[in-house]
Amino acid sequence: MVVRRTMGWKRWALRRSVWVFHVNAGACNNCDIEIVDLLTPRFDVERLGVKLVGSPRHADALLVTGVGTRQAVKRVQEVYRQTSKPCVVFCIGACACGGGIFEGAYHVAGPVDRIVKSVDPGAIVAYVPGCPPKPEAILSGVVKALAAL
Amino acid sequence: MSTGLHYLVWVLVFPGFLFTLALGLAVSWLVRKVSALVQWRMGPPLAQPLVDIMKLLGKEALIPEEAHLGVFVLAPVVGLSGVLLLAVMLWRSLVSETAFVGDVIVALYLMVLPSLALILGSSASASPHAAMGTSREMKLVLSYELPLALALVVVLIKAVPAGDPAPSLSLAALARHAPVLSLSGLLAFLASLLSLQAKLGFIPFDMAESETELAGGVLMEYSGVLLALWKVMQALMLVALPLFLVVVFMGGIDLSGWSMLWGVAKLVLVWVLMILIKNTNPRVRIDQAMRFFWVYCGTGLGIAVVLAMIGRQYGVPWL
Repeated sequence: MVVRRTMGWKRWALRRSVWVFHVNAGACNNCDIEIVDLLTPRFDVERLGVKLVGSPRHADALLVTGVGTRQAVKRVQEVYRQTSKPCVVFCIGACACGGGIFEGAYHVAGPVDRIVKSVDPGAIVAYVPGCPPKPEAILSGVVKALAAL
Repeated sequence: MSTGLHYLVWVLVFPGFLFTLALGLAVSWLVRKVSALVQWRMGPPLAQPLVDIMKLLGKEALIPEEAHLGVFVLAPVVGLSGVLLLAVMLWRSLVSETAFVGDVIVALYLMVLPSLALILGSSASASPHAAMGTSREMKLVLSYELPLALALVVVLIKAVPAGDPAPSLSLAALARHAPVLSLSGLLAFLASLLSLQAKLGFIPFDMAESETELAGGVLMEYSGVLLALWKVMQALMLVALPLFLVVVFMGGIDLSGWSMLWGVAKLVLVWVLMILIKNTNPRVRIDQAMRFFWVYCGTGLGIAVVLAMIGRQYGVPWL
């Protein structure tokens, strides 16, 4: 496996300014609501430099929710290709991490890390399990992933 | 110091690129911080806009396969240099009288350049979302240029005394008058404040960049260094455009002694007004924006022009 590390000032700036793009790969909307929760006054991730952006070209982190359905595979891979590197892929929720209750179902092509790594074996993937994960858990996952960049 | 070097320092360091950029980044932090406070959030730290740009410089710049490479790459450079020139011209009008006649017209042209560059760059990116953003940006430019030009007509009528055989139309000459203190000048000021809101891509006129439906619109396909250039351009605009309003409408900034604070207060007032409008309005549709600028602002400014003419003819300064 290729491990790409970002060094020096690039790493310093990247860790303080993470723009995230939200990818729904067949989620039930529960994790999505928890992500939106992060932007509200209670958690306010903008104080850490995190911003939700509308285009994967602007993004430093992809927040992928959902199990990764067969319909979603191509889209998730395309979005990953369009994201400017270095970037981190976050698997948010039990489904994205390992299939959750849908594991082995007919429509499932995931989990998400396998879908992403079939495009780029060196992709940096972080996992935040939970159904749905608490906003605190997502925050702590983001912090740990950034420390590993 | 030789004259050439002197001008180079003027353009690149103070009060040109570096100074304006530092000020612009501070103001863009202010915009985000105040928006956060209005929404009962904490908001980003002071260095956030700078860190954002540093991060973008360190990222990969992707260029879409079907994009027109030259235009796509050069558009942000063109926009940036236009705004930089505008900023330097405006700062210079504050300190020296040695401007060429009619540089206010050049300033008006330079103010269109960023929008024009945005239109060129996004239409070169071969993306349907960016194309939607382009068409909205074009309609927006068509909408707000009319009120802006009319507002400038009001300013010129107020600034040129009746019977002056050789009127000076330079920015430095305009900076000696404060037309905002008259009825027609106030109307013109309000209309151009809203036009500049549209130029900056601020709510209620951010439909060209709308993140929620167009995924970033005109800027959608830009990443890395090129996106950083656009962000730098927007930071410079955040200083240059309010400065234009202060110079043209509010009597400029007097740089001698304590009266400088009064000038800075004018600039801060324009920023505060812009941030308040941004935070208390929803985004309007493009047809609503066109109707607003042409019908309402246009009519208001028509009245303002007539009032200014009457005031000039009969010597009533408050009209």
